[in-house]
Amino acid sequence: MSTTPTATEPAKLTKSALTAERPTWCPGCGDYSVLAAYYKILEKRQFAHENIVTLAGIGCSSRFPYFVNSHGAHYIHGRSIPLATGVSLSRPDLKIFVFGGDGDGFSIGGNHLEHGARKNVNLTYIIMDNSVYGMTKKQTSPTSPVGFKTKTDPTGAMDRPVNGVKKLLSAGATFIARAHASQINHMTQMIERAMDHEGFSVVHVLSDCSEFFPDAFTSANPRKGGEYNIIEEKKWDQTPEDELRHDVTDEAAAYRLADRPFPGLFGVFFQVERATKNDLEDMWIDSVRLKTSHCSDLEILQQSFDRMK
Amino acid sequence: MVKTSQTPSSSTLPATAGRADLRPQHIHDAVIRLAGNSQDGIQSVGGFLARLAGRSAQEVMTYMTIPATISGGPSIFQVRIGSGEVLSAGDEADFLVAFHQHSYDNHIGALKEGGVLLYDSDNVQPNLDDKRFVYVGVQITSLTIEALGGTAKDKGKNIFVLGLLAAIFNFDVEKLKTLIRERFGKKNASLADTALIAFQAGYGYPVDDLLANRYHFEAVHKEGGRAQITMDGNQAIAFGLIAAGVRYGAAYPITPWTSVMEILRAELPKYGGLFVQTEDELAAVSMALGFSYSGHLSVTGSSGPGISLKTEAIGWASMAELPLLIVNVQRGGPSTGLPTNVEQSDLYQAIYGGHGDSPRVVLAAASVEDCFYVALEAARIARKYSTPVFILSDSSLSTRIEAFDEPDLKELVQHSKPDLTPRPDGFKPYPLDQITQHAPPGTPMLGGKYPVLTGLEHDETGHPSGSPALHVKMTVKRREKLQKLAAELPLPDLHGDPEGDTLLVGWGSTYGPIREAVNRMRTRGDKVSAIHLRSLHPLPNGLETIFARFRRIIVVELNDSGLYGFGQLATVLRARYCDPKIQSLTKTNGLSFLVKEIIEGVSK
Repeated sequence: MSTTPTATEPAKLTKSALTAERPTWCPGCGDYSVLAAYYKILEKRQFAHENIVTLAGIGCSSRFPYFVNSHGAHYIHGRSIPLATGVSLSRPDLKIFVFGGDGDGFSIGGNHLEHGARKNVNLTYIIMDNSVYGMTKKQTSPTSPVGFKTKTDPTGAMDRPVNGVKKLLSAGATFIARAHASQINHMTQMIERAMDHEGFSVVHVLSDCSEFFPDAFTSANPRKGGEYNIIEEKKWDQTPEDELRHDVTDEAAAYRLADRPFPGLFGVFFQVERATKNDLEDMWIDSVRLKTSHCSDLEILQQSFDRMK
Repeated sequence: MVKTSQTPSSSTLPATAGRADLRPQHIHDAVIRLAGNSQDGIQSVGGFLARLAGRSAQEVMTYMTIPATISGGPSIFQVRIGSGEVLSAGDEADFLVAFHQHSYDNHIGALKEGGVLLYDSDNVQPNLDDKRFVYVGVQITSLTIEALGGTAKDKGKNIFVLGLLAAIFNFDVEKLKTLIRERFGKKNASLADTALIAFQAGYGYPVDDLLANRYHFEAVHKEGGRAQITMDGNQAIAFGLIAAGVRYGAAYPITPWTSVMEILRAELPKYGGLFVQTEDELAAVSMALGFSYSGHLSVTGSSGPGISLKTEAIGWASMAELPLLIVNVQRGGPSTGLPTNVEQSDLYQAIYGGHGDSPRVVLAAASVEDCFYVALEAARIARKYSTPVFILSDSSLSTRIEAFDEPDLKELVQHSKPDLTPRPDGFKPYPLDQITQHAPPGTPMLGGKYPVLTGLEHDETGHPSGSPALHVKMTVKRREKLQKLAAELPLPDLHGDPEGDTLLVGWGSTYGPIREAVNRMRTRGDKVSAIHLRSLHPLPNGLETIFARFRRIIVVELNDSGLYGFGQLATVLRARYCDPKIQSLTKTNGLSFLVKEIIEGVSK
């Protein structure tokens, strides 16, 4: 399939068709792995190329849309979720992926994360957390561990770091998973499951900053002597072992798992079905349209004007 | 509060009743001010009168103040009804209806000499020694309770007053009863019946005993025959947006913008569209940009403080070149300021708000009717030039009710769907030689290259670039589209002679008072004319040719004269035309211009 794609004969979606600019990330940055996983999933799933939308806010990781050849937008700091919500609510035909960092997701855009989750907007959000502000060259981030020395905390960070999973649980996200960029197969699985979830799905990906915080997540990397502990999910197979496995619909259990000491657990913490904002708004529109769907826009407007005479 | 027993009986006022003869029986213009508390329902009486005038093909304009408190507090609703052109809500009232002592105390000064005070003698004790006015005291509260029975308390006294006014002004009772049934009958029929009882009690009251005159509006013979519709400025903006084909939007509540979003939230689903209340102002503008990015021209709106919060995202719209409509229903500022008062002090913010050189279009509505048409024009410009467009309204327009000719909807209604037709090989989102027209997501790109919209400076393909030469070119590209727009804008109509001594320049809700001031000054022989600017950024080309024909230019606006003695538009015009004859007349007490204030200001 090397012919030029046309509207009627879509070409097979390949990694090369999806590749845009060369990433500007530093060598060794964890974000390369996230990009590779994204290509891999899109290639595997063969969505219509024109229906893939890649959105981001501001930060190193938010450069993402430039490196993917798809419709996309590089928006302002912290506001990618409401931007993506506008796309999601008005265009059910599109596949919406939002990428950002810990600053975008947990700090300047924290309120939007909260409300996107609460509303259960149908989209997938990948938060690439390096626990440091890299683009502005080493300031404290909302997930920097206490004691981490930065240019804005020269004697070490003093504020309690955000626990992303707990924040998302309390806000009402309906799919919450955690992964590490060095564990590319597991991360790819998590992103793919998030993508298949109907609703606000978030993968919190630990993604090392090779320049300003290179050892941030070494303790989660088995190749460097760390431990990558994956949550075992219930198989509902009636075996005694299954008793000990995690029920992903159990919110209280998810909180307990999210409280494990750093670097914590990886895998799916929580997944439930709940009506999406998209569904609820569609139902509201449908209920109103029952009375108006047989009328033209002009007729509906004329009726309103007749009532004001 | 003075009790009934101490109030002088209304029938003890024969000495002053004769003053009503000072007023002609056939009138073509009357200003009625209803003063009470916000829970007295005076707004709905005013609304009924406005709608009645609209149905009778009379001109009408209302003016309302509401307290910024959550519930209660003194409030007024002023209705000016006329058989001729009604341009302002009136400087002084011909009739004052006072429900409470404070209503009388605070508003008797606004009654014309020879005017009629209609007061609730259960609650108000006027100074009857003041012989300038005609006093009509009616036990409004107790008569309403008597008519409706015990449980209603004094609810319904507003409708009782409506009945009284109907008797005094010979209003069309059948039309009023129909309006009452339409208003209350929707909820339940017994409510409408109760209201009609109150109305009948007021209408049947022997007002002849107190007031020698009955009044009658001169009949109106209108040509053309288009029906009149009656609405307020926020409704006109909302329905103008709908007529313009705007189907998506997002906002956060703030006075006085809120009713626009309430209407859009309820109305847009009828058309298959959607309006979302967001968690904050930043989310609102961002979600609206998400809708626009998806290919649906969308709207966000707010009042001053909320617009401040949106400015970063509006800058992105300017850089990424996305169409977006931003409504600012202005109120008194800065900060939380005067939430329920009028000011035109957000012009600089609309034109210059935000960092960097970020061109955007700024339009202002002159009247309630114009709110409707400005929304259509804003949508047209946003689509054609792929740019953010501000619509400036203000607190006085937002609650003012006007009757105007029904727009020709068949001619005006726009349809809009995202344009997802495949784009050819070589498509550029930011071409230097053309105005940007984006390919929304879902559009197949036949060259295989998909566009990324960006707030970073970029080349024609949207690729980020810090090249100094490119930043120059792209800055010019974004600016030049506004210059192209300026070339296609019509010059404003000149009211008065094309040359003379003084030209008044206005924008926004000052349209009516300025026009009325010009009419009065011309009647006494002054060589005064006026223009009203709808497009404030860009200004239409050729204004200097109008300015050249006048000895002095006075810009009339509701904002501060600033450090250097000039209001916001005056400063913009002085910078643009470098013309020292441009002067400034400003006002910042939170109320609209009175006609006499403009005349005095100009005559100084």
